[in-house]
Amino acid sequence: MTSLEPVIKTEKLTKRFGDFIATNEITFEVYKGEIFGFLGANGAGKTTAMRMLCGLSRPTSGKATVAGFDVYRQTEQIKRHIGYMSQKFSLYEDLTVLENIRFFGGIYGLNNQQLRVKSDGLIERLGLQSEAKKLVGDLPLGWKQKLAFSVSILHEPDIVFLDEPTGGVDPVTRRQFWAMIYEAASRGITLFVTTHYMDEAEYCHRISIMVDGRIEALGTPAGLKTKLKEPSMDGVFYQLARGAKRGDS
Amino acid sequence: MVTLSKITKTYSKGTVTAVTDVSFSVKAGELFGLIGPDGAGKSSIFRILTTLLLPDSGKATVAGHDVITGYRQIRSQVGYMPGRFSLYPDLTVEENIQFFATVFNSSITENYHLIEDIYVQLEPFKKRRAGKLSGGMKQKLALCCALIHKPTVLFLNEPTTGVDPVSRKEFWEMLRRLKTQGITVLVSTPYMDEAALCDRIALIQHGNLLAIDSPDGIVNAYPGTLYAVKADDMPRVMQVLAAHEPRFTSYIFGEYIHVDTYNGNTPDLPGELKDLLTKSGFNDIEVKPITPTIEDCFIKMLTT
Repeated sequence: MTSLEPVIKTEKLTKRFGDFIATNEITFEVYKGEIFGFLGANGAGKTTAMRMLCGLSRPTSGKATVAGFDVYRQTEQIKRHIGYMSQKFSLYEDLTVLENIRFFGGIYGLNNQQLRVKSDGLIERLGLQSEAKKLVGDLPLGWKQKLAFSVSILHEPDIVFLDEPTGGVDPVTRRQFWAMIYEAASRGITLFVTTHYMDEAEYCHRISIMVDGRIEALGTPAGLKTKLKEPSMDGVFYQLARGAKRGDS
Repeated sequence: MVTLSKITKTYSKGTVTAVTDVSFSVKAGELFGLIGPDGAGKSSIFRILTTLLLPDSGKATVAGHDVITGYRQIRSQVGYMPGRFSLYPDLTVEENIQFFATVFNSSITENYHLIEDIYVQLEPFKKRRAGKLSGGMKQKLALCCALIHKPTVLFLNEPTTGVDPVSRKEFWEMLRRLKTQGITVLVSTPYMDEAALCDRIALIQHGNLLAIDSPDGIVNAYPGTLYAVKADDMPRVMQVLAAHEPRFTSYIFGEYIHVDTYNGNTPDLPGELKDLLTKSGFNDIEVKPITPTIEDCFIKMLTT
């Protein structure tokens, strides 16, 4: 499963917007095949940090590499080696299942031959044969999310960023989704996940909790519970995030 | 205060059924939760009750008025916070509240007591345009605007979706305080852990009601005993347990795996689980009976 080969490496990574320090000197590593939970209250700076790691936002100071590429100079290479999926934006509702797979596969740099093989394989694995030509907008949410995740790793990226991938999904489908996450990790893909479900924090190998732009805690779920003397991840999160000064909520 | 009787709603010329024969009622002063995943029919029910959507069939009333013939009276008496941010982004915080108060022939001062403890948190930003607020502040402003005319019934459609656990808790504390002011609150949420904070809840999936009761009532109605299982190497425990379905069902739940007998065909489930895990070579085996959560009850209803 996880090895100690870092896929993400940051050192004092910082982003300022004027006087406001959105992300304040965060330093951490994420390893190959690891499921890394990136938690924090709304407004803690998670989105800004993720945007820098995806090569979408230039840091103010500090260092970071993603899949071995520098977040200042090699943003295009980063984009080619990562996948991204969020609850808010994942697939085009007015394209069919097949069209979405081809579209995103193309964006991620697959050629026609690869696209044909990959899209057939994916549709079969998800059991979507009879839905392949249906509009994505007509699929139930659970299916959309599973499809969106599969599409985000179609080009076999080193790392995939999942931004609240399971929001609003029913509890049974939510667990099926996590089975897919485990499966991807076992193939060596690194998963960088944000979630507001604290039971899902338990499914991560390690988690970090951001408060007011800083990483306040980082470790395994069991390690953090022991360290903060809390019986549950819920307790760990409250203890750390309750003290947040700024915020969005 | 709110009644629904055999409400059905379909879309796309009857090909898509959003709500099927749903009946329930909400008492005055109750904090009532409609709990279910996206696509379960929660928004359709809210839109019917707020007179924004006509049902195909069935009857519904809000504050004693029929949703079809009495829509004018209903609109002046209810507060509605839609799932999507729907205030005026170009107006300031203060102007938005002022606007909604005026629409209902009221004023901010008249019902200030209702919004006071929420508004004090917004006050430092009262000159800021609503579109420039953070997510949590927008949510608080929307709640103020839905309350400013002193509604008898307040409808909140997924007010906490995408909100972190600490802020969600704060929001629910605000709702409990509103309840003490005598306002009936109907709230929907996809987060099962919030169900426990309601007086009564309805669990809904695919347009059908699965259960209506108090949170305790739902939990007490869970058939049989649920067990929590833990050992070293949890991913492999999952696999071993899954290989033994359908003798029992198992699913991951935080740091434990929850296991339940399937159709009662395992008279000594804890004994059998300990045996199985020992034989499979696990260490630190823990098997204990637990009180189900609302999420466990929901899973049970979805899978049986």
